Amino acid sequence: MLLITCPWCGPRDEAEYHYGGQAHVPYPGNTADLTDEEWAAYVFYRDNPKGPFAERWMHGTGCRRWFNVLRDTTTYEVLAAYRLDEPRPALPQAGGNR
Amino acid sequence: MTTQPLPEHPDFLWRNPEPRSSYDVIIVGAGGHGLATAYYLAKNHGITNVAVLEKGWLAGGNMARNTTIIRSNYLLDESAAMYEHALGLWERLPEELEYDFLFSQRGVLNLAHTLQDVREGVRRVGANRLNGVDAQWLTPDEVAEVCPILNVSPDTRYPVLGATFQPRAGIAKHDHVAWALARRADELGVDLIQGCEVTGFVKDGDRVVGVETNRGRILAGRVGLAAAGHSSVLAEMAGFRLPVQSHPLQALVSELHEPVHPTVVMSNHVHVYVSQAHKGELVMGAGVDAYNGYGQRGSFHVIEHQMAAAVELFPVFARAHVLRTWGGIVDVTPDASPIIGATPVENLYVNCGWGTGGFKATPAAGWTFAHTIATGEPHPLNAPFALERFTTGALIDEHGAAAVAH
Repeated sequence: MLLITCPWCGPRDEAEYHYGGQAHVPYPGNTADLTDEEWAAYVFYRDNPKGPFAERWMHGTGCRRWFNVLRDTTTYEVLAAYRLDEPRPALPQAGGNR
Repeated sequence: MTTQPLPEHPDFLWRNPEPRSSYDVIIVGAGGHGLATAYYLAKNHGITNVAVLEKGWLAGGNMARNTTIIRSNYLLDESAAMYEHALGLWERLPEELEYDFLFSQRGVLNLAHTLQDVREGVRRVGANRLNGVDAQWLTPDEVAEVCPILNVSPDTRYPVLGATFQPRAGIAKHDHVAWALARRADELGVDLIQGCEVTGFVKDGDRVVGVETNRGRILAGRVGLAAAGHSSVLAEMAGFRLPVQSHPLQALVSELHEPVHPTVVMSNHVHVYVSQAHKGELVMGAGVDAYNGYGQRGSFHVIEHQMAAAVELFPVFARAHVLRTWGGIVDVTPDASPIIGATPVENLYVNCGWGTGGFKATPAAGWTFAHTIATGEPHPLNAPFALERFTTGALIDEHGAAAVAH
């Protein structure tokens, strides 16, 4: 089970949260001009990296607020948790071997 | 019903050749789908200058990690056609491959616990019959006749209100399926190359002409991807995107028991599916872990929930013990249907997005993917499953329709 630190409530078990998929996917600004391909990219296509991934979580049994988590999809290590109004943090540098 | 000893298997089922410098077709991924594709390329299309590249060992990914359920009782026409074709192939493959992989048509029950479940189930039985898929609607008493250990009393939290039943569904021994396909593909001239990881694609403009691997460059006329959870990683290397998300999917087995469970039981609502393997383990699984993951493991609370569901349905399981749990990496599409067809890269084809249900489709995935690679055009069965559907909007929305929650 993941241990995720809610920016407001602190560290809680994964079971308290809901998952929301990739973070930082803005709604397109020019919707009237989008092609079918561009709509498909927004609606159906998300990054699926093997490694660090910025994703949304919601603290369902706590403050019920959405926030973002930077997590490694291979090791499942939670690298950072941050509010929606904060930018994606740079990857933490743990020694020189990452 | 008695436990069956597994058949003896010979020392060597395939050669382990060094990769040659070029092939007509390279398949990436020696799981069930990759092996079935190679087999049907050779058998149906006479294309035998084929290599199947596997980064790990043969059938060591999801082919080693599934719960071996085979059924074709899908709601939608396109899906029913695909999975029913697979079931027809399953029924003749043991003889065709001369390998008894313990395909056991013991039926599958899909339980209904709510009025909505009942309506969905009755509707699906009708749709299945119209599509030539064997299907029945059973009352709780009839469910108890098929599976006496199932608790159909009205005193449970989610009583069994009925079930759909597909008698021709069942299970098979997954490793033996892979070995049967591998042996025959090898006999037909296919090179099965283990420990060979694709690290890049060799392209001539927009056309793929080979792959880079940890064992050197291998050229190919056509390349087919059958890499399940790692399909996005390969697509990114090749320069295009796939609308899939990779999730952990966990399963577990108990220790060995005398035969107590005569069929396969699936329940969406309390969410578990259970069968009993030939050796005697109770085999169960449920839904994916919610988060994206390539770790071949998930979170324990998911296991806990599926065991709680299993004990709710089968009180007799309360004293069984978990022997092992494990996870695979499944690639899930937005409409919970697979993608089989061309990619934006010429001569590069993809078979992916089978999500939680790829094992049952193994022969049909191979049949249609081989056809697509050999002819450059989709087989009628996989034409609706093209990548373009996410742009045209012609989705095959099996989320909630496929008799299982994804």
